[in-house]
Amino acid sequence: MKLHIKYDTVTVCKVVLQEQLEKLDIPFVFNSLGEVELKKPITYSQHKDINAALVKYGMEILDDQRSIFVQKVKDTIIEMVNSEERLASAKFSDYLAKKLNHGYGHISKIFSDVTYTSIETFIILQKIEKAKLLLMNGDLTLTEVAWKLNYSSVQHLSNQFKKTTGITPTAFQRIMKMRRGKV
Amino acid sequence: MLKLPLHVLLADDDEDDRLIFKDALEEVKMKTKVTIVNDGVQLMDYLLQADSELPGIIFLDLNMPRKGGMECLQDIRNNKNLKNLTIAIYSTSASEEDIEDTFIKGANIYIKKPNDFNALVRILSEVITINWQYHTSDLNKDNFVLSI
Repeated sequence: MKLHIKYDTVTVCKVVLQEQLEKLDIPFVFNSLGEVELKKPITYSQHKDINAALVKYGMEILDDQRSIFVQKVKDTIIEMVNSEERLASAKFSDYLAKKLNHGYGHISKIFSDVTYTSIETFIILQKIEKAKLLLMNGDLTLTEVAWKLNYSSVQHLSNQFKKTTGITPTAFQRIMKMRRGKV
Repeated sequence: MLKLPLHVLLADDDEDDRLIFKDALEEVKMKTKVTIVNDGVQLMDYLLQADSELPGIIFLDLNMPRKGGMECLQDIRNNKNLKNLTIAIYSTSASEEDIEDTFIKGANIYIKKPNDFNALVRILSEVITINWQYHTSDLNKDNFVLSI
């Protein structure tokens, strides 16, 4: 025999969400669009917990989780670039994997899916931005900047600067100086 | 904060170049939508209309009738509502002097118009994703210079 059951998927989903979020102690309301509105911001690990709780019901948090993860990757990279400790670039991937507790392949895939940029390019971009700031402050020579940012040589920094910005560090300094002089 | 699709504005008086640009932009992975104007006067009219949606990046041809790219660049940088827009100069010339001069006057990006389509797609992809990083990673736009 067959049982014919009429069910409403919206109600089912709402009940599941309600139960799971209450279990995780995350206060929320359904807004008029039926979206889940959290009453306060959640941490990255709570985010992971919610997703883990929902996945067995075939539900997942859309995109946002990935954006949060990417933000965390960016924060970690910026922290590394700015740290006084001189980290060999080859170690960046190990450091990221360890710090974020995921395989580097996984981190790298999500990062490029969301930002359209590879992690390597992002690290280079951050280092060159830092080099620009140091050069504009004018206290440090190019050699000192190269050392500070852990480049193996001035030549290496110059090449990467030129490759990333299309101009040489000297031209950059000249342009910025003249731009400021103008305004 | 800017949202995707990224709004791209092109000012170019050459019809063929406009079509090629549009086709190349469609090949770029990041989602974009494009507004096209035919010269500098139309560009400034568009930007100064109160209800226009401001673009995430402007591609500006240097040589246009009525009002050239250089003049637009200066007008934009002198307008307090517009001065933070990303401006990419899009030109056939590639003399070092022209490039430095546009940077000094406040351009962020200098693109030498390439001859083949695939090169243009590659250049647009790079320019658009780097610009996106500046927007989304709190990088200082004042230091954003790229010659490609």
